[in-house]
Amino acid sequence: MMKQLFPIGHVMGFIFSLVLTLVALLVVYTDMSYTMGMVILVSTAVIQATVQLFMFMHVNESKEDKNTLYINIIYAVVVSLITIFGSLWTLVWDW
Amino acid sequence: MNWDKFIVDGLKHGDPLIIGAVVSIVLVSIAIVAGLTYFKKWGYLWREWLTTVDHKKIGVMYIISALVMLFRGGADGLMLRMQLTAPEMKFLTAQHYNEIFSAHGIIMILFMAMPFIIGIMNVVIPLQIGARDVAFPRLNAVSFWLFFFGAMLYNIAFVVGGAPDAGWTSYFPLASTEFSPGVGNNYYAIALQIAGLGTLMTGVNFIVTILKMRAPGMTLMRMPMFTWSTLITCIIIVFAFPVLTVALALMMFDRLFGSQFFTMTNGGMDMLWANLFWVWGHPEVYIVILPAFGIYSEIISTFSRKNLYGYKSMVASMAIISLLSFLVWVHHFYTMGQGAAVNSFFSITTMLIAVPTGVKIFNWLFTLRKGKIVFTTPMLYSLAFIPIFTLGGVTGVMLAMASADYQYHNTMFLVAHFHYVLIPGTVFAVIAGMYYWFPLIAGFKLNERQGKAAFWTIAISFNVTFLPLFFLGLDGMTRRQYTYSAETGFGPLNLIATIGSVGLMIGFALIVYNIIWSFRHAPRETKGDVWDGAGRTLEWATHIPVPVYNFAVVPEVDRLDAFYFAKKEKRSLFKDKIEKIHMPSNNGQPFILGAIFFFWGFFMVFSMWKSAIVAGIGVLILLAMRTFERDHGFYIPVDEVKKTEQSYGGDSV
Ligand code: HEM
Ligand SMILES: [Cu+2]
Repeated sequence: MMKQLFPIGHVMGFIFSLVLTLVALLVVYTDMSYTMGMVILVSTAVIQATVQLFMFMHVNESKEDKNTLYINIIYAVVVSLITIFGSLWTLVWDW
Repeated sequence: MNWDKFIVDGLKHGDPLIIGAVVSIVLVSIAIVAGLTYFKKWGYLWREWLTTVDHKKIGVMYIISALVMLFRGGADGLMLRMQLTAPEMKFLTAQHYNEIFSAHGIIMILFMAMPFIIGIMNVVIPLQIGARDVAFPRLNAVSFWLFFFGAMLYNIAFVVGGAPDAGWTSYFPLASTEFSPGVGNNYYAIALQIAGLGTLMTGVNFIVTILKMRAPGMTLMRMPMFTWSTLITCIIIVFAFPVLTVALALMMFDRLFGSQFFTMTNGGMDMLWANLFWVWGHPEVYIVILPAFGIYSEIISTFSRKNLYGYKSMVASMAIISLLSFLVWVHHFYTMGQGAAVNSFFSITTMLIAVPTGVKIFNWLFTLRKGKIVFTTPMLYSLAFIPIFTLGGVTGVMLAMASADYQYHNTMFLVAHFHYVLIPGTVFAVIAGMYYWFPLIAGFKLNERQGKAAFWTIAISFNVTFLPLFFLGLDGMTRRQYTYSAETGFGPLNLIATIGSVGLMIGFALIVYNIIWSFRHAPRETKGDVWDGAGRTLEWATHIPVPVYNFAVVPEVDRLDAFYFAKKEKRSLFKDKIEKIHMPSNNGQPFILGAIFFFWGFFMVFSMWKSAIVAGIGVLILLAMRTFERDHGFYIPVDEVKKTEQSYGGDSV
């Protein structure tokens, strides 16, 4: 009964995301090499996104229609790639 | 405590406009509180409105807020025009002009156009898909109150502390603490953040509603066009608004905590702000235009007495627009100095958008062709939209050419262009939609004669106001310029534009008069489907005014425009018998959450950290309460449903 009432997934997700944010902050507050910092930032970012997708957005819960899910994820990836590489192209690479 | 920082400069200097504004705000607030107390309406207000989760009431609150903001933004526009009436006018100072065009832009786009559209979505979408509410009614209330309190926070800026003055775009480095040291731009970063979160939740809510709650038999390709446009709009919201969220958060860090994302030193990059702003900003203009296209599609088809021409191509063109809208943002800063390849690419993608948009224009024209056109007020707005918007679109293609844009960039030509798309596109559409769907909520139509008078005043004044700006822009008058000399020769055209803007305000006032008059005198409708039985979609299949539960029995749909064909073949869409109806219960938490966010934002604006932390904890407590709360709503028993149905005349189900 207690298990059903207590939103354990949400609470865990919340704690995970706080911890991951704190780990990312370490990059600013400690002395480390550029590569090391990047490795930490990228990996915490990927884990963070995964935590959000599973704990809060429930990607693993859609039973019937997996296609909509895949279309959505592809659309999201495409839009973010456009944003990132488009910005790099205009602001940094510039040709 | 140092109270000085809360007092705006205008008050200290005894500026009559600011004193007038402060006095009127205080008087109006006192009048509202006194009125509510005198008429004993506090309980009514709390029970029926502030705690409501009913999509219709939330929609009405969105629309009322948007109308109020239309007047605030319109008054700002009028003041800008006053200042430009003649050379060397002394009505506003340069600083004041900056504050007002910033407020005007933000308020019109984020606190008028967006909420008006979201309000209409709220009222109409569940009805159009045969549902009893949105998927997450409680979240819907949270969305509204976050928008509302975000807007309030922005609106107090010009009387408490100082107004944002770096344009609605707030470009860095101008918006940095170095060049804008006051609290004004803190308001921008935080008020927009709060309202933006609300919008994002609306996006999620309506996607789920449309995907999961359609009446049995309504496949995606049987959905009304307004529902389609809302679905696509919400997808754009969900992908575009997080960019704004992040950009505003970075702005807040730069302004409040000394980070260096958008500075010109220490590895910061000022144009990164412009870039992120427009990655959100361009999709944003499609967020306010696509639902407008949906509204026009419904109205044009209803009042041509024909089905919408090219349904599939309408859907396809919206889907293409939604993807292209993420591929064009650089056209807002062609002149930054990036290479020719970048500009050529974004030039081409921008021009490509004209193709699906053109397809839609032709579809509307073909819908009109050989139709039995009925010239109601909403139809007049829709008919005026087609040529005026086309003018706005064609000048848009002119601006899309990167090399030519070096001439047009930041001139009055641009100002004319975006008013030519935003006003006939969005503003005409929401007004038309309001006239068209008004009976659903109120139970009567707005007076047609007054409505048409308002329409003609607005349509004519609009062109008088903004057509001259194209020529002023081509002659070299720049935007955001607070004065000009007589030698420039800008005087006469500016005078004409100002005269037009007075006409526009008269037109908007006529609409309000129209609403108030109709509340008292318009004849009440007795059955649904009020537009002479021409309704094609499900919102016309239920009673008017729509009961809390929308449909006593959930309709069943077997084709596009099912309601229209059911009427023609004398069938009923309602097959089941009445059962008890499950409804969500009202709750005060969304309102309280919004109010706490307001205080949190206020404390952040003034860097009052301890108070901000307390308010932040308040937000967390409310979120936790929601997480652990169990509320399964309630049931309306069969008897009560039957009684309500009978009170409408009792024939339909
Ligand atoms: C009542 C009718 C209106 C009038 C008289 C009006 C007038 C003006 C004027 C004079 C400017 C400033 C031009 C300059 O010096 O740069 C302006 C800017 C602007 N207007 Fe309007 N406008 C009206 C309605 C609207 C509406 C309905 C919208 C949007 C839905 C809108 C959006 C904007 C935006 C985004 C700006 C740019 C602000 C900036 O430069 O930061 N306006 N308008
Ligand atoms: Cu754009």
